[in-house]
Amino acid sequence: MISLGVEGTAHTISIGIVEDIRGKCNVLSNIIKIYRPEKGGIHPREAANHHANYVADLIKESIEKSGINFRDIDIISFSKGPGLGPCLRTAATAARALSLSLDKPIIGVNHCVAHLEIGRGTLYGCKDPVLLYTSGANTQVIAFAEGKYRVFGETLDIGIGNCLDKFGRTLGLDFPCGPKIEELAKNGKQYLDLPYSIKGMDIAFSGLLTAAEQYYKNGKKVEDICYSIQETTFAALTEITERAMAHTDKYEVLLGGGVAANKRLQDMVSTMARERGAHFFAPSKDLCIDNGAMIAWLGLLMYKSGIRMNIEETGIDQYFRTDMVDVSWRG
Amino acid sequence: MAKTILYRGAEAEIRLAKHMNHQVVQKKRIKKTYRIKNIDDKLISYRTREEAKLMTEARLYGVSIPIIYDVDLSNGVITMEYLKGKRIKDILNKISEKERKRICNKIGESIARFHNNNIIHGDITTSNMILMDDRIHFIDFGLGEKNSEIESKGVDLHVLMEAIESTHSKYSNCFKYVLDGYRKEYKGNPEHVINKIDEIVKRGRYR
Repeated sequence: MISLGVEGTAHTISIGIVEDIRGKCNVLSNIIKIYRPEKGGIHPREAANHHANYVADLIKESIEKSGINFRDIDIISFSKGPGLGPCLRTAATAARALSLSLDKPIIGVNHCVAHLEIGRGTLYGCKDPVLLYTSGANTQVIAFAEGKYRVFGETLDIGIGNCLDKFGRTLGLDFPCGPKIEELAKNGKQYLDLPYSIKGMDIAFSGLLTAAEQYYKNGKKVEDICYSIQETTFAALTEITERAMAHTDKYEVLLGGGVAANKRLQDMVSTMARERGAHFFAPSKDLCIDNGAMIAWLGLLMYKSGIRMNIEETGIDQYFRTDMVDVSWRG
Repeated sequence: MAKTILYRGAEAEIRLAKHMNHQVVQKKRIKKTYRIKNIDDKLISYRTREEAKLMTEARLYGVSIPIIYDVDLSNGVITMEYLKGKRIKDILNKISEKERKRICNKIGESIARFHNNNIIHGDITTSNMILMDDRIHFIDFGLGEKNSEIESKGVDLHVLMEAIESTHSKYSNCFKYVLDGYRKEYKGNPEHVINKIDEIVKRGRYR
């Protein structure tokens, strides 16, 4: 079975095509185009315009790259939510148009769950992980319990990616700022005290952001601030992930989301896993960031488990929660 | 002497030990090599100190806790009394309805006593209560804090409600008995706190 997925929850428009080989996911193509604002943060309408401009070309490119024909596609899936309304609507419209013109079934999927399923689908040995999902807007610790993917911990204010971007913008860096902060942090030597805010398995970053901006205003070395931000926020993320693992008694940890590409975060989580006697998994970068392949794969899993959607049921849901999804494809 | 590990959590180990010829329990926070020493040292000593402080303070207000014998901030160890009692979790499903009601009333009264003094436990579950000498002893204040907000007290009780519903689902009326005890002992208007619980449930997600 072959599935084409349209991702468009925020800054990224992406078309992925995957096929199912004995229950594992084989990615045939995964074309990603990221909207980068000239300055400042992401404007939902402008991002949506960007997606509308490129989506048709990306579909063609993805089909070419995969080496299949349109008629080989069995289902169309798209990101139903959560995300920015205008972006979601653009991606959903493209998916509906494809579904109607090719006369193929359509499935709307949850973006956060897709991040978890792509790990299970592509990584050998990754069966029942706790997912640390870290991106711009989302920061969640997710695991399967009693028929659903449940959020065991999450940010109480802003996402970790947002926190890094906001600080980066203070420094005048371009979006996304995470990779540049990671580079700067490598030359940081002195740790500057920052608030470490954990409530049970939840986490908060806004106090830390304010404190970091104060350090910058007071002339502290940028490299030291970046180093301190990474060390503090990533330690806190690793800690809540470990708590969720202990709580759910699971021995696999999976990373997902754009910030998961950060080597220091990967180091910390894999060290934690090793000390607990658990397995550590991180998908390749293209499957970590927002991408169409993961959307395609989750749509395929849902379709195979018997889920069907009428075109009338393909409305988007900006606030689509992870734990609203009935996980019928897992026993 | 050899130390027996009773329990290993994400953050700490609980082990049996001898202290000045007493059988004691030591809660040791484990060093984490994934974080830099600076952060690790700070967290371990801060949390050990806060936990010991909250426990001592709760005791002043008439809440039973294991007596603390020693606090070692640099190694993150709290040495405390070994309670030879039973966890509420293990007995609650096995006792008579009348006894269950009595115990749950007492639990509610104790929670009200620390809430009256703005102590938030942070993890009130039936595994964190030990019955000994007919008193409910509270342990594990590791997620606790001082906070006077009604919201925090509501969240504190909501954690217990969920624990009772999942672990003692046949006897989920227990939570009503807890609230009866809470009403009796709480100094402010207990309904403000209790209404918060409904509000938290309705939010769907609870934080």
